[in-house]
Amino acid sequence: MTTQQSAIYYPAGEIEEFLPQIGRVVEIKDHELAVFRTSDGTIFAAENRNPHPKGGPLAEGIVSGYYLYDPLYDWKIDLNTGLVQAPDQGQVQMYSVKIENGQVWIAL
Amino acid sequence: MNGNKEKLVIIGNGMAGISTVEQILKLSSRFDITVFGTEPYPNYNRIMLSYVLEGSKTIDDIVLNDLHWYEDYGITLHTGTTITRIESETREVVTAEGLRFPYDKVIIATGSSSFILPVPGHDKQGVVGFRDIADCNVMLEAAKQYKKAAVIGGGLLGLEAAKGLVQLGMEVTVVHLMQDLMERQLDPQASAMLKTELERQGIRFKMGAQTAELLGGERVEGIRFADDSVLNTDFVVMAVGIKPNTGVARESGLEVNRGIVVDDYMQTSLNNVYSVGECTEHRGVCYGLVAPLFEQGMILAKHICGVDTAPYEGSVVSTKLKISGVDVFSTGEFIDSPEHTIISHKDDWKRTYKKILLRDNIMVGAVLFGDITDSAELQKLIKQQAEMTDELYASLMGTGCGGHKKATSVETMAEDEIVCGCNGVTKGTIVDAITNEGLTSVDEIKACTGATRSCGGCKPVVEQILQYVLGDNFTAGAKQGICACTSLSRDEIVAEIRQKGLQTTKEVMHVLGWNQPEGCSKCRPAINYYLGMIAPDTHVDEKESRFVNERMNANIQKDGTYTVVPRMYGGVTTPEDLKRIADISVKYDVKAVKVTGGQRLDLIGVKKEDLPKVWAELDMPSGYAYAKSLRTVKTCVGSQFCRFGTQDSMAMGALLERKFERLDLPAKFKYAVNGCPRNCAESCTKDIGIVGNDGGWEIFIGGNGGIKARLADSLCKVKTDEELVELCGAIMQHYRETANYLERTSEWVERVGLEQIRAVVVEDVKERKALMERIEFALEQVEDPWKKALRNEEGQNKLFQGIEVSARP
Repeated sequence: MTTQQSAIYYPAGEIEEFLPQIGRVVEIKDHELAVFRTSDGTIFAAENRNPHPKGGPLAEGIVSGYYLYDPLYDWKIDLNTGLVQAPDQGQVQMYSVKIENGQVWIAL
Repeated sequence: MNGNKEKLVIIGNGMAGISTVEQILKLSSRFDITVFGTEPYPNYNRIMLSYVLEGSKTIDDIVLNDLHWYEDYGITLHTGTTITRIESETREVVTAEGLRFPYDKVIIATGSSSFILPVPGHDKQGVVGFRDIADCNVMLEAAKQYKKAAVIGGGLLGLEAAKGLVQLGMEVTVVHLMQDLMERQLDPQASAMLKTELERQGIRFKMGAQTAELLGGERVEGIRFADDSVLNTDFVVMAVGIKPNTGVARESGLEVNRGIVVDDYMQTSLNNVYSVGECTEHRGVCYGLVAPLFEQGMILAKHICGVDTAPYEGSVVSTKLKISGVDVFSTGEFIDSPEHTIISHKDDWKRTYKKILLRDNIMVGAVLFGDITDSAELQKLIKQQAEMTDELYASLMGTGCGGHKKATSVETMAEDEIVCGCNGVTKGTIVDAITNEGLTSVDEIKACTGATRSCGGCKPVVEQILQYVLGDNFTAGAKQGICACTSLSRDEIVAEIRQKGLQTTKEVMHVLGWNQPEGCSKCRPAINYYLGMIAPDTHVDEKESRFVNERMNANIQKDGTYTVVPRMYGGVTTPEDLKRIADISVKYDVKAVKVTGGQRLDLIGVKKEDLPKVWAELDMPSGYAYAKSLRTVKTCVGSQFCRFGTQDSMAMGALLERKFERLDLPAKFKYAVNGCPRNCAESCTKDIGIVGNDGGWEIFIGGNGGIKARLADSLCKVKTDEELVELCGAIMQHYRETANYLERTSEWVERVGLEQIRAVVVEDVKERKALMERIEFALEQVEDPWKKALRNEEGQNKLFQGIEVSARP
């Protein structure tokens, strides 16, 4: 798991702005993130870049539990760690998230 | 809360109460709902407790509705709160602490609890029932400290508890009063086979044993039986049966026999008080299984919301034992009696047993052991009270002379030949994986090598390789489900959805025991499709269970931009439309405009956030170039302009496209319509290909020009346009109802057989009309997705727009 050092939290909107199990792109400074709200209300923020060699976005994948199936190549990605599940390999950069009073904060 | 709403109180936060609430929420928002539960948890799936005990699931895995769900629907949930009575004069329910809550309507769904044998010593420490999470936790704790366990009761629950305790490392003896296990669900034959199998798995049995006393000091130390023999044990699970929880009903003066007495609409003897699930007694029967509570809940929900409903007339119950590796199933009447005709087959070598019971040639019950593949089919037939026929007999019992498997060409295939073109997997890699890793299924090969995981076109070849490498061991492989999340086949799932009236993918996955609770990218879209196919009028499409293309109504490209394809009925457009397409392409800076293989225009490279604007400005119907739906109808110019044309193919193409567009199908679907047998629109490679001739049309089906090229088969000839449209509709509906999700017609025709399709849609006129009626009904529900998205501005924002955060933290 990649952890952020000296992270600064940015407000990324109300939790209601994220549809359950449907990703949304959030741009913070120069970073493009794919933000997912799982069915239990947990929010995950990933770099919106497919770890597949051909790249592409992640935000449009299918969310199941804490896993993401990427929209282009159907790779299975663990949202807790960003790790791509076997037989494929790779890791997505994940960012820390906290929720306070319905407000989503993402750390860069 | 909202004072205008009727106050609906649910007593009991279990599966029956909450599934009724889920049904009510679908029908009406007129209730302000409050739920009281004695347990300190949100609603969970009690039938999966066995898996928690067995260790294959955690308690979190079996939660059906988490706290967010209650919040989302504005339901007030009181956990850890017991209602003791209902006061009808003041219309209030009263809690154990004496708090009062007003109601307009009440549903009692208190379920049932373990029946504890009233023998001396039953209240000692270390004696539990097996009913809820608390019991489950006690058992998990006991296994850490103690060695020997006894389970009193050799029924479904007792055996599942015993298996769980064995799994936890305990030495387990099942004590049973009768000579046969599960005697209420199995006949003596199946019961004996089950006992042998469980002994093999390490469970001991003491049969014909009547418990007289539990021995020990404060904590249980042994069981003394009626014949004075003694079994030493550190822990006792009572699983001798359940008793309906009727306390609150009795306190409130309701009519109670064994359970709370209800009529065919789940109404109790008190006005505005209803009861559902295991606590009820309907026509003298108390059910202890899950299927009836769904059926009861659905009827109650409709009744309470004022929606017309047929009365509840009781359920045909079926039983499945949830112990891994032991497949047992029974349904309907299963104990032989003289009025039954019995069809049975017992195979001691394969350790399988199958029995079907007939009364006056009507199927009334069945028992399966070892192989329960036919369970869904049998359940359906018995529910329908089907008559046994030669065909049914042959399909259920086999004809006894299985033909030889087809010779395959994989033997001669070179080792370095690529089998999976998407992921570059060779035959050699697959063969190595099978031999070195000991793989036995396509799914394992997929997980290990990546073969079949993208387009799936190579799956048949992979299957053949598997078969070839494993030889006779091939069938020994585990039963294949539709994906790694389940072992159920497509047909079993569809049958369960129909029978249990399941309505969401989540419900399907919970009720049918998915091993990944929210499914995967393979099964979620498939289940969403099956639900919509079965109930086109009430199914709420789940955007989150759609592939990105279908969710966005546009085709994603590898860089994350999209392709927009407007409809062009029959491949015909106008100069005005062309002009608009050109203007918009310039305005939104599309990267390419391309003519597709189906005679339409691709606008490639539209940004996601621009999609709604492009649709609005085009003001044309969606071409569904992204969907599992009717894509294009390719046409020649036909009799309008062609000197050879005998039929107006352009008009017929446009007519068919307008009629059948938008409907969800198992896979993408293409038509071609030709004005004459010269076949310029290439009917031979389309799902439905139509060729005009002098006296009418000839219909071809199952053609494919794609990954698995196949020439279409001639299905039939028709004389009139009306017959043509009717046959096309019947073919499409038959395909909708019987194909696997993502199965193209080329595969479907080969799997189902051209003759079968012809028999259904061409020869059986009655069925053809019925199919046409069903597709017409489904077509009434469709709507253009672009227009729909444009109307819903808020949803549109969340779906298509990103969020930009200013750099200020």
